[in-house]
Amino acid sequence: MNGSEVAAAGERYAGAASERTSARRSRTSVADFLFRKGTGFVAFLVAITLVAVMVSLIIEGWQALHTFGWRFLVTTTWDPVTNAFGALVFIVGTLVSSAIAMLIAVPVSFGIALFISELSPGWLRGPVSAVIELLAAIPSIIYGMWGLLVFAPWFAAIEPWINDHLGAIPGIGMLFQGPPMGIGMLTAGIVLAIMIIPFIASIMRDVFMITPPALKESAYALGATTWEVARRVILPYTRTAVTGGIFLGLGRALGETMAVTFIIGNANNLSASLLMPGSSIASVIANEFTEATTSLYKSSLLALGLILFVITFIVLALAKLLLLRLEAGEGSKS
Amino acid sequence: MKLNRRTFTKAALSIAIAGSMGGAMIANAMAGVSLTGAGSTWVYPLVAKWSAAYEKETGNKVNYQSIGSGGGIAQIKAGTVAFGASDMPLKPEELHKEGLIQFPTAVAGEDLIVNLPGIKPGTVILSGPVVADIYLGKIKKWNDPALVKLNPDVKLPDMDITVVHRSDGSGTTFTFADYLSKVSPEWKEKVGANTSLNWPAGVGGKGNEGVAAYVQRIPGSIGYVEYAYILENKLNYARMINRDGKVVSPSLKGFQDAAAHVDFNKAEDFYVILTDHTGPDTWPISGCTWQILRKNAPKATNEEVTKFFLWGFDKGQSMAESIAFGPLPPSTVDVIKAYWKKNLGV
Repeated sequence: MNGSEVAAAGERYAGAASERTSARRSRTSVADFLFRKGTGFVAFLVAITLVAVMVSLIIEGWQALHTFGWRFLVTTTWDPVTNAFGALVFIVGTLVSSAIAMLIAVPVSFGIALFISELSPGWLRGPVSAVIELLAAIPSIIYGMWGLLVFAPWFAAIEPWINDHLGAIPGIGMLFQGPPMGIGMLTAGIVLAIMIIPFIASIMRDVFMITPPALKESAYALGATTWEVARRVILPYTRTAVTGGIFLGLGRALGETMAVTFIIGNANNLSASLLMPGSSIASVIANEFTEATTSLYKSSLLALGLILFVITFIVLALAKLLLLRLEAGEGSKS
Repeated sequence: MKLNRRTFTKAALSIAIAGSMGGAMIANAMAGVSLTGAGSTWVYPLVAKWSAAYEKETGNKVNYQSIGSGGGIAQIKAGTVAFGASDMPLKPEELHKEGLIQFPTAVAGEDLIVNLPGIKPGTVILSGPVVADIYLGKIKKWNDPALVKLNPDVKLPDMDITVVHRSDGSGTTFTFADYLSKVSPEWKEKVGANTSLNWPAGVGGKGNEGVAAYVQRIPGSIGYVEYAYILENKLNYARMINRDGKVVSPSLKGFQDAAAHVDFNKAEDFYVILTDHTGPDTWPISGCTWQILRKNAPKATNEEVTKFFLWGFDKGQSMAESIAFGPLPPSTVDVIKAYWKKNLGV
């Protein structure tokens, strides 16, 4: 069979196929149309919901924002008795506890994902992945209870050591001084880290696994170590997805409510030490919403919700910017 | 494809059956009168207990949603429930403005719990002003002269005091802060009383269980929880010096004595808080939950609500006591009946 014969056969085949499909087309085109519109509608629904949430938060929080103005963002008083509200303590609490969580969770997740995708023997891969995914299925209230009843007492026992050693370091020492209560910003950050590790680790594992073996094996063939392959081949290849996974974890840490409420200590004051109790936006809303009787009080809590929304939005926008800059940098290099 | 269609039909059928069953259940529930109330989480165990027994006896159903006092007040204002329950009474002006009335349900109390190694429950004696100073962060050590003076027989340790309070908005906090406002001018001026406060010191635990967990974990800590919670969990509670200068332990009788020493005839719309009242056995941190009704609700609805609570005042006394709520004294119930007659005509 020469080339032209192959082409002719191909055409004949295609022709027959198109006849068969055209018979079905009238039926399937309606289904196709409905399917396309249907999926488009649900996708659009998400956008509408998002906008609706934003608008209703602005409406409900307007009274507080109007009464306190920009000072709402920078004052630390939160006094339901005199109806004076400021959000700074909670904004700082949210950002600091999430930052601690990310500092711990990102390297650990990277290690887990690298172990599963590159280093672990085949028979161990499944069980380890399953265990990590099970961690993600535990309800956050269980993490809260575990944090309060199991982790906090244990952590309280090692806090004197933290005071003596980390607290003695000049400069950052002040971050690690405080009474050994076992609860506080650091505890909240650590438990948050445990909660978000499964999300970040499983996304990292999935994308590490799809890095083309040809790329990796070429690097190994050139004498690269596992670390060099991870650093120079896998990470650059999967950068977008890895960043996405990290920010998914961060989004969850910022908004986590129940677990944080149990272990952050719920004190409305700013302190330099991470061992001292604090409060986060989500925790104060969870704590106080049910008994918020005056309209300004309720409005202030909803304005806090709006701030959390905006913080999450900014974080996601920064992530996108970061990715764009990375890509641009890559372009100039080549 | 065929299989899919068949399963689809099956699913549709089962949904239809489930739906009609649900309808039947609703129809059953409609047989008796059905009331809905919402609000205070504190009073929830009591209303739940009463409503179960009430339904058994009369066939009338009372649904109570413990969504918090704030939610209860909002719901009754909006007219979506037959009664709202709040741990903090509304001011008479606000009641008049909104066309609402309120009356007390049952008395309860709360006490301080401590974590002092080697010291038995009920040993430590505290007074209102000293508790206020501890919660203001002014008394920082257990061997502070003020505490030593109150407890000459107890060997108080040289230990830092960690203050524990409720983190969630709560009637327990309101009652506690109201008491401290009465006994300490400084507390009244700097902090005040509400269901949530701008706490000058300490850490916050969520719910009674959160406060109790913190106090049990942190040596040298002090917290306040409901009396029922102390009983149930055998916590290390403190005794208090009441307004008459007597040392008292928390008890149902102490809470009831607080109510008995209040002249509800004089208090407009029952706007009176049971903390810091006179009487030799009166427990100083006693509290109460109020039911709020709409004046312009259908008369039949208000009638059913008052019937339910009257039943509770009358027959629900032992039930209340079994969960550490003190029934209202008969004299108070009489005042409530007169109040209903005057305001609701029932």
